[in-house]
Amino acid sequence: MSEYPPLRLHVPEPTGRPGQATDFGYLRLSPAGAVRRPAVDTSHFDTQDLSYALVRVLDDEGQAVGPWAPQLDAATLERGLRAMMKTRIFDARMLIAQRQKKLSFYMQCLGEEAIAVAHSFALENGDMCFPTYRQQGLLLARDDVSMVEMMCQLMSNVRDPLKGRQLPVMYSMKRAGFFSVSGNLATQFTQAVGWGMASAIAGDTRIASGWIGDGSTAESDFHTALTFAHVYRAPVILNVVNNQWAISTFQAIAGGETTTFAARGVGCGIASLRVDGNDFLAVHAASAWAAERARRNFGPTLIEWVTYRAGPHSTSDDPSKYRPADDWQRFPLGDPIARLKAHLIGIGHWSEAQHEQTKRELEAEVAAAQKEAERHGTLLDGQIPSAATMFEGVYEDMPAHLRRQRQQLGV
Amino acid sequence: MTMIQALRSALDVTMARDAKVVVFGEDVGYFGGVFRVTEGLQAKYGKSRCFDAPISEGGLVGVAIGMAGYGLRPVVEIQFADYVYPATDQIVSEAARMRYRSAGDFTAPVTIRMPCGGGIYGGQTHSQSPEAFFTHVCGLRTVMPSNPYDAKGLLIAAIECNDPVIFLEPKRLYNGPFDGHHERPVVPWSRHPLGMVPEGWYKLPIDAASIFRPGKELTVLAYGTMVWVAACAAEETGIDAEVIDLRALWPMDLETVLASVRKTGRCVVVHEATRTSGFGAELAALVQEHCFHHLEAPIERVTGWDTPYPHAQEWDYFPGPGRVGEAFKRAMEA
Ligand SMILES: Cc1ncc(C[n+]2csc(CCOP(=O)(O)OP(=O)(O)O)c2C)c(N)n1
Repeated sequence: MSEYPPLRLHVPEPTGRPGQATDFGYLRLSPAGAVRRPAVDTSHFDTQDLSYALVRVLDDEGQAVGPWAPQLDAATLERGLRAMMKTRIFDARMLIAQRQKKLSFYMQCLGEEAIAVAHSFALENGDMCFPTYRQQGLLLARDDVSMVEMMCQLMSNVRDPLKGRQLPVMYSMKRAGFFSVSGNLATQFTQAVGWGMASAIAGDTRIASGWIGDGSTAESDFHTALTFAHVYRAPVILNVVNNQWAISTFQAIAGGETTTFAARGVGCGIASLRVDGNDFLAVHAASAWAAERARRNFGPTLIEWVTYRAGPHSTSDDPSKYRPADDWQRFPLGDPIARLKAHLIGIGHWSEAQHEQTKRELEAEVAAAQKEAERHGTLLDGQIPSAATMFEGVYEDMPAHLRRQRQQLGV
Repeated sequence: MTMIQALRSALDVTMARDAKVVVFGEDVGYFGGVFRVTEGLQAKYGKSRCFDAPISEGGLVGVAIGMAGYGLRPVVEIQFADYVYPATDQIVSEAARMRYRSAGDFTAPVTIRMPCGGGIYGGQTHSQSPEAFFTHVCGLRTVMPSNPYDAKGLLIAAIECNDPVIFLEPKRLYNGPFDGHHERPVVPWSRHPLGMVPEGWYKLPIDAASIFRPGKELTVLAYGTMVWVAACAAEETGIDAEVIDLRALWPMDLETVLASVRKTGRCVVVHEATRTSGFGAELAALVQEHCFHHLEAPIERVTGWDTPYPHAQEWDYFPGPGRVGEAFKRAMEA
């Protein structure tokens, strides 16, 4: 008889399954304003406590408190609120368009709007983001990006800038600092580091911003990116969007149980923050801090954004099969739009009436863009880019075998 | 120059001409590479142009793609082709498709160098010829030189090419030509005309084959070390074989191949890589598709066996001039 009890395999589970209530006690929350703000030239070592805490600015009353409260004027905050609302309305509208079969597939970022929008406000023109499919807010926050163009991509119509070659939401917009989105998870995280290294090699002052979800941190590219970013002190912000879910998989299965994703950064020698991802002010402050670090050549920063994937993973997903229906309502960090709205009302720069009015305006704006985009076709009406273009762009110049294949198709 | 010196010269020439060219990989910087291809480059161009990298092939290619997205022209060294697999996702899913999926918004002009091939008692993980993994991937160019002159001209062309290039270097040819007669001493490149390499800039087209040995009786399709083996087999059998050095595996120079087979009516395909689904299968299929009425014999394939590359049995595995010559005879007798 062995003196040891039999070993047992540990397989993490979320506390809440359908019909139950999630116990969000596993989130390591800190009160708003409680976490210190180190100088931008701090060492990774000095961020160890921050990687297990939570940077928050907005308290439950909607007041901005503590050392991370950014000095943003009300106009900027109003722009931020507007951009978040626009992102949510855009998503809602495209969800309906997908149900109407005008596009084949869609992914919302419901509940995560603050992260991409506030982050984009902290970057400069010329910086490059390496997003996943859930950072449409980076584009929608910009006034120089047309929603019509984005919708044409979603509809794969004759005006689709990607010529119908890519799944909806896999945008590419170099001029807006938005790198081509890949279906293969995590690959862009390493590429972001390379872009930052290139900027350093060239003696530039531009920085890169890489994006990854909690689930995808388990891919080898996550580890690779951290290693290279640390080794070469690359000017890059490494964003981990911890929305608690990877399709049906709770973040504990990705390695989040009893630890944090921010802590990985410290372990690799990278200054790391863990931030309330539903707090527009905290997102802006942390992003600006990381951007300043990178631009001053102090190296990379990893930021874990704690948020919640409020919607289904995609239009092909039904979350009621694996998690409680009321989970988002119970998520302690709330709704980023509601929280910024309360803050703006609290400081006397917004009102319910303005909010409703803005919502109506944005809905009209999005609807008009959709109407315009649909004039160039949808999957439903088959107005798609010509089959001949399918053979272009595989190489810079079309090789003989592709010319032959195009001929065989008779186009 | 040896092939090593020729490759180094290609890197030197392009780095001098274009500040966007950066060279990195495992042991590539200070030490100059385990095969010395990058020797002296860091001292000459500085650490931001030629540097050592962590042991992470996926990382090497991944950061190179990001650098290319910025506007640089990275040249990455994978220490052995046998170790390219951790980078497969970045090569296949990213570099190869960047131009296509972004409709030209982003491109990946990355050159990925890797020593390949056997004949050096490298065993299972220092001998492989993984070219068929790459020729199967749309958007990649796969290139393999067989001599110092071509190596330099092709590497310069690869670095200047705006498509991603897999650049395979047969390490058995690094110091001298090798015809499969391992029992004989290596003749250094300094005693071979193809070792005469100009110092300055020149480049070769990245999609053109060369007729390595003109002949009338049968066509041999080969690349890398096997070009030398095939030429040796022609001398030893007395069969007047036309040996075509493909140089560019894919996209390839089909016209040169077809013209030769139409002339000779017989075709033997030779490669070191394993047989099943090897690049030779594509070559045989193309030849029979385009030359069916000219063929007077079945197309022969002489390749490595469908086994991992063994250590002690190296010369039973390696398709040497004996095995290649037998295939020539079968093709002539059919
Ligand atoms: C390499 C790879 N494996 C699997 C998938 C399929 N897949 C698409 S999204 C996804 C979940 C990603 O979750 P996470 O990283 O947490 O991001 P989120 O969707 O929550 O934003 C999976 C498994 C993929 N696209 N790529």
